[in-house]
Amino acid sequence: MLLLDWLYVGVFAVVGLGMAALPLAIVWALAPRAPYPQKRLTYESGVVPFGQAWAQFNVRYYLFGLVFVIFDVEVIYLYPWAIVFQRLGKFAFVEMLIFLVILLLGLAYAWRKGALEWA
Amino acid sequence: MNWGLEIAKAVGLAVVMFTFLAVVGAMFGVLLERKIGGWIQSRLGPKHVGPQGLLQTIADTVKLLQKEHITPRAADVAIFNTAPLIVAVAGLMDWIVIPFGPTLIVRDLNIGVVFFAAMASLTVVGILVGGFASNNKYSLLGGLRSASQMISYELPLAMALVAVAMQAGTLSTLGIVNAQAQRGWFVFLQFPAFVIFLIAATAEVNRVPFDLPEAESELVAGYFSEYTGMRFALFQLGEYAEMFAMAAMATTLFLGGWRGPLLPPVIWFLLKMYLIVFFLMWTRWTFPRLRLDQLLNLSWKLLLPAGLIWILITGFFITFF
Repeated sequence: MLLLDWLYVGVFAVVGLGMAALPLAIVWALAPRAPYPQKRLTYESGVVPFGQAWAQFNVRYYLFGLVFVIFDVEVIYLYPWAIVFQRLGKFAFVEMLIFLVILLLGLAYAWRKGALEWA
Repeated sequence: MNWGLEIAKAVGLAVVMFTFLAVVGAMFGVLLERKIGGWIQSRLGPKHVGPQGLLQTIADTVKLLQKEHITPRAADVAIFNTAPLIVAVAGLMDWIVIPFGPTLIVRDLNIGVVFFAAMASLTVVGILVGGFASNNKYSLLGGLRSASQMISYELPLAMALVAVAMQAGTLSTLGIVNAQAQRGWFVFLQFPAFVIFLIAATAEVNRVPFDLPEAESELVAGYFSEYTGMRFALFQLGEYAEMFAMAAMATTLFLGGWRGPLLPPVIWFLLKMYLIVFFLMWTRWTFPRLRLDQLLNLSWKLLLPAGLIWILITGFFITFF
């Protein structure tokens, strides 16, 4: 029952949100509220924070993000093959062998180009 | 098909599962963690609230419920408030496909394993936006580190899952447990996949030695530096739910799930799950933290190629022998 399965998933998401919000509602009812400007300052080890945190950060985070997207999409193709390749026999295996070798070549290329180096 | 009845059943199950995670997973998980930590470091751990400190985390929760929510003026309020909810819900969703026993499973989805991987990686969204919305330099760095770490280790994790799916010929978690009844536990047949899964799972739940996102000696508390009271507790809840889910998945995929002699299935399942949980806690109190470049090297230059090659080896043996 495919539809029923996903009904459960949907209900879990909605009820989960509700259950997670419940303690926040209790806090809203119970906890004190006494904000003042100094309390609402951003924490910066005890000194008055300077500037915004929304500034430039290391570009390498993007590089790893890009490589990840490529490989994650390729992994998705592996799942359906993993289930049926026993029935499809040698041909399916050889085909996937070629695909995986191309993947490994891509990884080697990214490695060689220095996309996987942090420093 | 009585849809009303099914919806009521689903709501009931979700409430029971969430309560189970909050009480058994988070509350007693934290207590267990502190007790084991105390034991490893030759001290007692929590001892004063209730018998042997059993009620310590419950007292902490009650205290947290009375604490003020502080929202920094510079924060992006809407996202700031949503982030802990995302993390908590992601921790809950994993448990839909975990089989506690032959019939004790919320839904045996036909894509169970993929669903698990997808929901487990949902946490990163909550952590990233939480760190970003705080508008705090430490939080931003913690969130970014967490994102790069979790996406890096998601690939080896997926490789391990694919190898197990190949061996079992199915993605359904019940099907994988049943396949292990015929072919023996996959921890033997798929030992490299088990090792890759354990390492990647530890990194996915941001635990020592992969706890860079919240490295307290450099980033205060990482992405949840600005979260106070119950919002902080929701992050913790999501994290512990995720850790127990990873242990439960390792049990399902590699340790034969609920199967075992004499004792009832649920007991066997919990025993094996707590064995893995104990292992995760043991590593936490034993190893120092990795550097960011070491962490990324381990994933991209060792685990990922190893996972790909292991898939090839598994495919080769299944096809030709």
